[in-house]
Amino acid sequence: MLEIKNLHAELEEDSEVKILKGVSLSIKPGEVHAIMGPNGSGKSTLSYVLSGRDGYEVTEGSATLDGADLLEMDPEERAAAGLFLAFQYPVEIPGVGNMTFLRTAVNAQRKARGEEELSAGDFLKVIRAKAKDLQIDADMLKRPVNVGFSGGEKKRNEILQMAMLEPKMCILDETDSGLDVDAMKLVSDGVNALRDAGRSFLVITHYQRLLDHIVPDVVHILSEGRIIKTGGPELALEVERNGYADLMAEANP
Amino acid sequence: MMPRAKLKAQKRDAAEVLLKSRAVPAGGAWITKARQAALSRVSEMGLPNKRDEYWRYTDPRRLTDSEGQAARLHDSQGELPVFDRFDRLKVVFVDGVFDPAQSDPLALEGVEIVPLAEAAQTDLHWARDLYGTLEARAQSPVERALASLNTAYATEGMLIRVTGKPTKPISLIYQRSSEQADAMVHHVVRVEAGAVATILENGPMAARFNQVMEVEIAEGATFHHIRAQGRDHERAGAAHLFVRVGVDAQLKSFTLTANGALIRNEAVIWLDGADGSAHIAGATVGDGAFHHDDTVFINHAAPRCESRQVFKKVLRSGAVGVFQGKILVDQIAQLTDGYQISQSLLLNEDAQFLAKPELEIYADDVKCSHGSTSGEIDPHQLFYLRARGIPEDQAKLLLVLSFLAEALDEIADTAYAEDLRERLEAWLRRRG
Ligand SMILES: Nc1ncnc2c1ncn2[C@@H]1O[C@H](COP(=O)(O)OP(=O)(O)O)[C@@H](O)[C@H]1O
Ligand SMILES: [Mg+2]
Repeated sequence: MLEIKNLHAELEEDSEVKILKGVSLSIKPGEVHAIMGPNGSGKSTLSYVLSGRDGYEVTEGSATLDGADLLEMDPEERAAAGLFLAFQYPVEIPGVGNMTFLRTAVNAQRKARGEEELSAGDFLKVIRAKAKDLQIDADMLKRPVNVGFSGGEKKRNEILQMAMLEPKMCILDETDSGLDVDAMKLVSDGVNALRDAGRSFLVITHYQRLLDHIVPDVVHILSEGRIIKTGGPELALEVERNGYADLMAEANP
Repeated sequence: MMPRAKLKAQKRDAAEVLLKSRAVPAGGAWITKARQAALSRVSEMGLPNKRDEYWRYTDPRRLTDSEGQAARLHDSQGELPVFDRFDRLKVVFVDGVFDPAQSDPLALEGVEIVPLAEAAQTDLHWARDLYGTLEARAQSPVERALASLNTAYATEGMLIRVTGKPTKPISLIYQRSSEQADAMVHHVVRVEAGAVATILENGPMAARFNQVMEVEIAEGATFHHIRAQGRDHERAGAAHLFVRVGVDAQLKSFTLTANGALIRNEAVIWLDGADGSAHIAGATVGDGAFHHDDTVFINHAAPRCESRQVFKKVLRSGAVGVFQGKILVDQIAQLTDGYQISQSLLLNEDAQFLAKPELEIYADDVKCSHGSTSGEIDPHQLFYLRARGIPEDQAKLLLVLSFLAEALDEIADTAYAEDLRERLEAWLRRRG
């Protein structure tokens, strides 16, 4: 599904700032991988480089989705190809209704894939059902995108978008940050409901607790732009107990 | 800096030249008197000059030259005109001249409507008392000689008196047929106590136009004004809106401007009666050789009134937007609530927005705020939309429309707002 090989990225405006220093990972269909790492280790940068945000220069390496070169595509093409990023900081867009935004996005992707656009009626039916599962009320759907939403509402809104767009490769960037226990449960249930044999997840998190709900197949530890250790779910527990310091010391003796 | 006296002399000389070249139109006694009074105002003030503080950001020459410049006619490519889908009383002007053949019969329950050309020969007391009166009042604190010029020379326009709640809006439609026409149109509107009126205006009017609309809103009355100024690129014009808002009365005015070489929209609003309300808004989109100027003056002259100004401009590739907005709160106007926002979205680097917001407050218990911003499309918002699969052009269009939405939302009847929003979207989509 997602193949990242020796990915190097630096800041476009300052090539001295090298952020990713050779990241490699391979996610197979249906797998859930977690990336953990201290603040500033490059987790969000990895998600941005994969989804095509401006401001980063890839100097080496590759990233492909089902064999297609992601780095050659515009962000909207990556989305239409099935890549989805749940943002660490969802963006507020005053003046654009949440529903209008979602319908525009769903239909733009369908159009890009040569599929028929969804009628207003059909769209409404689908979104109502999915919103209900995430306890997103009609008012939140009508309001401008993310404007005046609480932290938890924003994260649930990200998962709603993911559910509507049905991507095959989902990247979740610290979707757990700022969530209380109940909201965490809602969000995790939303994610787990989407798990299937054809869909993969890359779950970025700073803490282990999210991984109690969304149980990963593989856990990677990212530090200073490199994956310093890869293991099973038990690696997350080790981080929880001992912090990152030991692992980092091990990697840079 | 030129000395004041010298500037004044120059402005008066320019006025003399212009006045000599034009004959005062014939008419009955009342209108001749109003025209003569307006002429002496013009002689006294002189013509606007780019050295006037008031014309600092907009060179008025194209509006004051004795001859207007030609402007090509816009090809609408079969698109239906704005407001076409609504049931309304149609009053059509072609190059600024009333065209009864294309218009509906001037009959609507609760409304008296008389062409200025006709009324000039008779004596309509309510029109006589208004024609040129608010324009004259608007000459202080700053001079607006173009409006006086209009009072003196206009032979076209409608005198409209609303006494009830007409079932449909009055729709003033300004078509063009000539590349040369230089139009002067002067409307007078009186909304009587408790009445509710909607006036729609749309169309490019003329290669050059000078328009005045004087509106008196009596106690407890409501006036909705929705204007779409056409799309012809090369025309130039000035539109003046003078409104007196009475006790407990309400004004809502919205203007959409797309294109035009030079468009100056002036509004002067007096909140003369307690508990009145005035909302004035504008949405502007301009590209290339486009200069658009909103100049607004709101005078709170009575207690407990509310005023609101919302102006949004989207500018690209050399387009210039100007906003001059002043709120003057008299000493008597306690508990005033005044709000003003002017914002521009600059789609590329060589577009320009010049704003001059002003507050002058003599009452001590008031709430007034104003703000002005100028910015580009937010890259975070753009990326967010694109990351969801929305192509760049479409995402930008969505953001431009969302920027303008706040101004369109000022229109009370959402059906009109939606009509204008759809047009805007189609225009912007076509331009790319
Ligand atoms: N746009 C940017 N401008 C400046 N520094 C950046 C930018 N993006 C990332 N960085 C730097 O790169 C490093 C990695 O950041 P980030 O990817 O956000 O880390 P994480 O998500 O793991 O906390 C940090 O040192 C951060 O300051
Ligand atoms: Mg981060």
